[in-house]
Amino acid sequence: MLSLKLAYKNLIGAGLRTWLNVIVLSFSFVIIIWNKGLLNGWNEQAKRDMIDWQIGGGQYWQKDYDPYDMFTINESHSVIPDGISDDIQNGLLTPILINTATIYPEGRMQNVLLKGILPEQKILKLPTDKLQKNSDEISILIGSRMAESNKLQVGDYFTIRWRDANGTFDAADAKVVDIFHTNVPIVDQGKIWLSLEQLQKMLQAPNEATMLITENNSVEKEEISGWVFRGHDYLLKEMDNLIKMKSVGGSIFYGILLALALLAIFDTQILSIFRRQKEIGTEIALGMTRWQVVRLFTVEGAMYSVFAAILAAIYGIPLLTWQAKVGLAMPEGTDDYGLPIAKSIFPSYSIGLVIGTVLTIFIATVIVSYLPAKKISKMNPTDAIKGKIQ
Amino acid sequence: MKKVLTIILLTIVMLNGQTPSAETILKKIDENMISKNQIMTSSMIIHGRRVSRTIRAKSWSIGDTKNFTEYLSPAREKGTKMLKLDDKLWIYTPSTDRIIKISGHMLRQSVMGSDLSYEDMMESSDLTNSYDAKVIGSEEIDGKQCWIINLVGKTDDLAYHQRKIWVDMKLYVPLREELFAKSGKLLKRMELKNIINIDGRWYPTKMIFKDVLKNGEGTEFVIDEIKFDQNIPKYKFSKAGLRR
Repeated sequence: MLSLKLAYKNLIGAGLRTWLNVIVLSFSFVIIIWNKGLLNGWNEQAKRDMIDWQIGGGQYWQKDYDPYDMFTINESHSVIPDGISDDIQNGLLTPILINTATIYPEGRMQNVLLKGILPEQKILKLPTDKLQKNSDEISILIGSRMAESNKLQVGDYFTIRWRDANGTFDAADAKVVDIFHTNVPIVDQGKIWLSLEQLQKMLQAPNEATMLITENNSVEKEEISGWVFRGHDYLLKEMDNLIKMKSVGGSIFYGILLALALLAIFDTQILSIFRRQKEIGTEIALGMTRWQVVRLFTVEGAMYSVFAAILAAIYGIPLLTWQAKVGLAMPEGTDDYGLPIAKSIFPSYSIGLVIGTVLTIFIATVIVSYLPAKKISKMNPTDAIKGKIQ
Repeated sequence: MKKVLTIILLTIVMLNGQTPSAETILKKIDENMISKNQIMTSSMIIHGRRVSRTIRAKSWSIGDTKNFTEYLSPAREKGTKMLKLDDKLWIYTPSTDRIIKISGHMLRQSVMGSDLSYEDMMESSDLTNSYDAKVIGSEEIDGKQCWIINLVGKTDDLAYHQRKIWVDMKLYVPLREELFAKSGKLLKRMELKNIINIDGRWYPTKMIFKDVLKNGEGTEFVIDEIKFDQNIPKYKFSKAGLRR
């Protein structure tokens, strides 16, 4: 208790020197929490969007389907098992058929993936209800990125050329019935969405699908013969890895920031011990053990982090709360890199994040305060009282 | 009235008698176009939006099952080699010193940016066995009278379900070919020009391929030199030959 009181008085007595250290350290607190909160916010939003737009509650893949192998995509579909037709009707599963094709908007040629989906499905957020059923005309949905890159608008027609299940070329004109915007580029770039029935007819693959998407809240994932289930752990792994990578990159940045703040505390400690040798000698002469003096100086140093935490809370809480409310606008075109990023990212701060950051900085401050103070244990008290440099 | 009908019927019978069957025409085309083997030096002129590129190549082929092509110019493509054996295709690029098998989706890519895809090159020319052929009319192309032969696939697994060929009535050489999708939409057009006589065969030395769905002027294929029925060493059609 005495150490705390003494440390507090010494710090307050040091005036501007203390406050400069505290301000710099408080920046570290706020920036680290803000940065990690931003990554958390992005991670949560991206996963939520991927679940809503792309993966649902997990997917059953036809056993040969490999999204990274374009050579086998056209052969990776099979008949939808009879046993799951009730689940499809009840909206617990939605089948998707995938095939490669070439489109010719305004005479330009582009390779795309055709994706057939049930117009009445509710599992994915895609506005599939806009797809016309039982129509001879091919109605299609495209994303805003696809529309922009191919200069397409609602009501435009263009030619699609594809090969049916037997390998025969076929071609027809399709009409854009809606353009949707999504934060998940993978369902947009290079993808053409059309009615499942229409695509099955085009490919001459009746009742066939490449994957079955499950409803997000359905708990039971039964085994379906000839189909492999891919859960969130598998389908969101890439996103997790990306966030981990970003987090490591961010750690370097706030490691440097923290190092600068801690360096200032380290310097202050060295200076204090050098300038307060007579005080150290007197304290030992009055009966304090060397280690009690070391503890006093360590507590003094560690108290910087306590002051910094209080100061960070004073200006950081309103600032970070405001940021979480308004979000951070992403520059135009950020989502063109294929990453699921919303127009604004809303940081998400957890108690674990705040406590973790405070503890990390506190422990780091204790260490950098202790290292110079350790020198006191080797001091000769008589020389210290005389003010001899040791 | 009876007289008029008789005259009309007789005219139809006579006209039909003048038109050989589609099978006969296709057979005569094969006599001109198909040889035991051939060695050819050619130029492919690819018309881009701004500039045109010319790619020269030398190829050795046996029927339509074996083909070996070596690109001679420009410098960027020089040394690239392609080997086709039945339904398999390999490509060798000297810059990477690697042999890649072209399959699946890659077959749909264009050959060196032209209007021809690899799968177009893989196509069998055995039209008689794959298609039901019928002469559906006649038309004049560049002052030459042609029969129009309509070909409809006998099986479901052909790349093009329907084709139309315009055949020179005198020389039995195709002057135009159109390839259609199953829906009947025209996909590609090929014009064959500059027909010359080589060793007793009539052969077109200029071909213009056009993907009609795509903008652009298409791709020209000009034969600079062609020799039929030559002695081609066997090793030419082996994968090892790609690295030689």
